[in-house]
Amino acid sequence: MSRRRGGRTGYLLLLPAVAWLVLFFVVPLYSLVATSLYDPTGSDFRGYEMDWAFGNYLDAVRDYARPLLRSLVYGAVATVLCLVLGYVLAYAIAFKAGRWKYLMLVLVVAPFFTSFLVRTLSWKLILADDGIVVRTLQAVHVLGPDGRLLATSVAVVAGLTYNFLPFMVLPLFASLDKIDHRLVEAASDLYASPVIGFWRVTWPLSLPGVVSGTLLTFIPAAGDYINADLLGSPGQRMVGGVIQSLFTDANDYPAAASLSVVLMALIVVMVLVYVRRAGTEDLL
Amino acid sequence: MRGGVRGAGPVAWVRRHLVLLLGVLVLVYTFVPIAVVVAMSFNTPPSRNVYGFGSFTLDNWLHPCAAEGMCAAVGRSVQISLLATVLATLLGTLAAFALVRHDFAGRSGANLLVFVPMASPEIVMGSSLLALFVATGFGGRLGFWTIVVAHVMFCLSFVVVTVRARLAGMDDTLEQAAADLYATPAQTFRRVTLPLVAPGILGAALLSFSLSFDDFIVTNLNAGTTVTFPMYVYGVAQRSVPMQVNVLGTVMFAVSIVIVVGGELANRRRRAVV
Repeated sequence: MSRRRGGRTGYLLLLPAVAWLVLFFVVPLYSLVATSLYDPTGSDFRGYEMDWAFGNYLDAVRDYARPLLRSLVYGAVATVLCLVLGYVLAYAIAFKAGRWKYLMLVLVVAPFFTSFLVRTLSWKLILADDGIVVRTLQAVHVLGPDGRLLATSVAVVAGLTYNFLPFMVLPLFASLDKIDHRLVEAASDLYASPVIGFWRVTWPLSLPGVVSGTLLTFIPAAGDYINADLLGSPGQRMVGGVIQSLFTDANDYPAAASLSVVLMALIVVMVLVYVRRAGTEDLL
Repeated sequence: MRGGVRGAGPVAWVRRHLVLLLGVLVLVYTFVPIAVVVAMSFNTPPSRNVYGFGSFTLDNWLHPCAAEGMCAAVGRSVQISLLATVLATLLGTLAAFALVRHDFAGRSGANLLVFVPMASPEIVMGSSLLALFVATGFGGRLGFWTIVVAHVMFCLSFVVVTVRARLAGMDDTLEQAAADLYATPAQTFRRVTLPLVAPGILGAALLSFSLSFDDFIVTNLNAGTTVTFPMYVYGVAQRSVPMQVNVLGTVMFAVSIVIVVGGELANRRRRAVV
């Protein structure tokens, strides 16, 4: 494809979108960081003063260490579960579905056009105390006679896994679908068992999809709080919910903003470490 | 085939199709909550405070607006999503053309600026915007328009990425042919380029609409006292859930199935023709 040289038209076409993103994404981030450094004793009535209060970050970590840690752990566990389920599904679609390939791919996306909140509410019903899942688990003694799923971390992680599954399946499928079948056949011609063939050929070639899928799942899952609110109890509170209520209920802007900055910093660090370990820096 | 290497019994069949079966099982799992939503739309709960199955009814379908405030919230959500979709699709499509068809300094910077919002947690984007609105004195004027502004922001990147992929995968020989046949650049664009990119733009618009319609986290922070449909559901989830919520869920599912399966069938026909 030939690209036209001379940037003027290009800049004009790009300008509105870039202006929108700068004004409503970049500038707000600056605003968030500024707010996080305000004098914490300020209030809505007296106004806030810039105080370079770096101590706000320490306070945020100390006061909300548990929800912070919980969000990262829930997000990570849900991501691993999504990877397992999503890999099976993406592999089946890419290699085994034949002429049903695109129909199956469409069906992966279809349920997720139905409201996120309505679907999460229906999990609340499925996992309810007198529901079929809990009864079955009680009957086979996985759960005690008074055991429950709602208001436990199991329900929250299950909800997160369900809700973010397509974010994992789509990039995995994109990667798997590109793999040249002849490579896998070559491995089996050279006496590799199917398991070895998968492990030495298919899996490494699908790594770009694994990396982008895990990132696309982990980031929103760690920031989510709807699943924790609807399926969990206060004991499963996630950091997103804390930030939300600090902003809108407590009106404690400096605390809310610093917690938000801390969350973002933690996620960025985790992502960078992960990408470096996976050896796929060039994907970003 | 009896006694053959691969065998023909049901066990052998399951074995041969194990991965596909597991994949279908995962797919079925994603539809379980949808089945519950559909069933609940025909349900009268045993009592107001119990969210469970009672008896069959058509009332929820006949009187969807009997749930107080729901229809108003849905109407507001539709307005917001339409506005956000039109704006995001327009700006995003222009930007995608710039990024694929033009060469200029700073292209990789622009690509990065488009990528980062998609990789940011919603709670961070939402709280940043709120911090900006509060700092600039819009804290008391949160509502319809601040929601639209926020939705355009997070839909934009998805539009750019979708349309950019379509444009990048497009062969420009047809456009060159049009130019060779003395079409003016404007004619070429309208008669050749636009129809070729149209499916990408349409896909981007549908994606925007559903992202915007379904958004809760960013919206909830920047909505003030305005209530969108997801916020309505969140609100009733803390008290008692009217079954009409499931009617709307079922309708959304049906519409999306018609759109995605219809689109896939149209694609299939196009592939068969070409």
